[in-house]
Amino acid sequence: MNLEVKSTEYRRNILKYIYKAKAGHTGGSLSCIDILNVLYNEVLNVSPETFTSPDRDRYIQSKGHCVEALFVVLADKGFFPESDLETLCKYQSHYIGHPTRKVNGVEQNTGALGHGLPMSAGVALAAKMDNRDYRVFTLMGDGELPEGSNWEAALTATHYKLDNLCAIVDLNGLQITGPTKDVCNTEPLDKKFESFGWAVRHVDGNDVVALKEVFDALPFEKEKPSVIIAHTVKGKGVSFMENELKWHHGVPTEEQYKIAMQELSPAP
Amino acid sequence: MGNEILKAPIGVTGAANQDVFSETLQELAATDRNIVVVTSDSRGSGKLVPFGKKYPAQIVEVGIAEQNLVGMAAGLASAGKKVFAVSPACFLTARALEQIKNDVAYSNNPVKLIGISAGVSYGALGSTHHSLHDFAVLRAIHNIRIVVPADSFETIQAVQQVAASEQPYYLRFGKKPMPLLDERGETTFQIGKGRVVRRGSDVAIIANGETVYPALQAARKLSAENGIEATVVSMHTIKPLDEKLLSELAVECKAILTVEEHSVNGGLGEACASWLLKNRYHKPFDILGIPDEYTVTGSQVEILSHYGISEIGIASRVKTLNTLT
Repeated sequence: MNLEVKSTEYRRNILKYIYKAKAGHTGGSLSCIDILNVLYNEVLNVSPETFTSPDRDRYIQSKGHCVEALFVVLADKGFFPESDLETLCKYQSHYIGHPTRKVNGVEQNTGALGHGLPMSAGVALAAKMDNRDYRVFTLMGDGELPEGSNWEAALTATHYKLDNLCAIVDLNGLQITGPTKDVCNTEPLDKKFESFGWAVRHVDGNDVVALKEVFDALPFEKEKPSVIIAHTVKGKGVSFMENELKWHHGVPTEEQYKIAMQELSPAP
Repeated sequence: MGNEILKAPIGVTGAANQDVFSETLQELAATDRNIVVVTSDSRGSGKLVPFGKKYPAQIVEVGIAEQNLVGMAAGLASAGKKVFAVSPACFLTARALEQIKNDVAYSNNPVKLIGISAGVSYGALGSTHHSLHDFAVLRAIHNIRIVVPADSFETIQAVQQVAASEQPYYLRFGKKPMPLLDERGETTFQIGKGRVVRRGSDVAIIANGETVYPALQAARKLSAENGIEATVVSMHTIKPLDEKLLSELAVECKAILTVEEHSVNGGLGEACASWLLKNRYHKPFDILGIPDEYTVTGSQVEILSHYGISEIGIASRVKTLNTLT
């Protein structure tokens, strides 16, 4: 199955389980799903069989609220039966609104923002100390970038030359209050990371082919941590959800759900 | 090192607990390359400069950035490192509290958080540098054990035991030289089990950290001058609390006083009070700690003395309690 088709399948599942749970972060999960698709199907050396290996690549999702994207990918990769997602956000389910290690395949419990990068830097530093070749990836939202802990870690990652660390910013441009540039402008983001000593690349974060190419180019510079600024569309793939703030954690009605699933019909 | 200290006679001025921590960790690092210290420009106050010189590949400096200190420590621990994250207790447990809650405790990454220069150790540097809240906030977080050694013996034992544990811990140390407390020749130490350093049937004094020694002095004074015999306990582990020992003390003694270098709110005293009340203890009880006010200024000794956390102050409070029995 090619990556584009896989992305459509994932988007359908994201909506399916958010619709069933009547809860979820719809817009952000749809913006970042292509990134997760390429990571888990083309980049990371993780599988249910290798998940306890000390040499596995690590993926830590800093923007934990977009957990539905992570769950549908982990289910597809066989970490747990997809039917488990029927319990999403239900009483006593492990499949809650943020990643927890009680779910097979999840590396760290996240949800509070600004935590993924410091933890990822720690794991990447451990790899350097142990002369292991694994890499560490963390997905951050553009809305969480004002958290100061990110920039503390950005300094340390450069200090320790963590070229086995890759941060991906899901730059969909919207956060719960409004456009990120109006809430707390973080642009020019590339210049900021560059000035912190990072190697920076921009990519269309909803283009799976472009994503694969940029991941294949890691590390962008030897002895520097890498950041991929992934330009994405919040709500990507469903016309009435795209770039619409209300879909940050909007749940579709039955009619909206049907329309969305028609739009996301598998390619003939 | 350990044996020599253990044989030292009672009352001899010893080493500061945080210095003993550093020495113990060096010994452990000699045979375990997975021991890693993470510091936030705190290796000097943590007496870790020798560690850094001896094991440069096993020390990680993050600069003055406590959130990152704890986040990175969690990442390192998740990858198999035995991580000791060392920072002044005041900053570690306030600035980085969310990282402690989520990255260490909730994610179950077995970081050993080391709060140095704790309580009012920093004296006249003022409230920014005091940690009188750490027991309270950490007690309310699931999956972190809180240990506050009183002397060199407890410190060595605690550091060795937590290094071998795969659970998150908070260890709290002061920087004042502390005498040994082995009045009864105790040689066993177990996290979660209070250490009885003196036996008496009138009053139980339950203390921890640097307050155990003045509690012991107060007990001797009470015995010599007032005929009041006090049990003195180093309740080094606040969480999990030694409920078995508490229940024994509740039966054996006519009154209980707790002593701590912490706010009277949410610390050792309230932990004991809660358990005792729930278990139908109705004898006299009091909590001696730092009251809920802007702390008086002065050195550590002056501040503690001001609030009665001293030989004289503790003895005085015990006498008052004793009149109620």
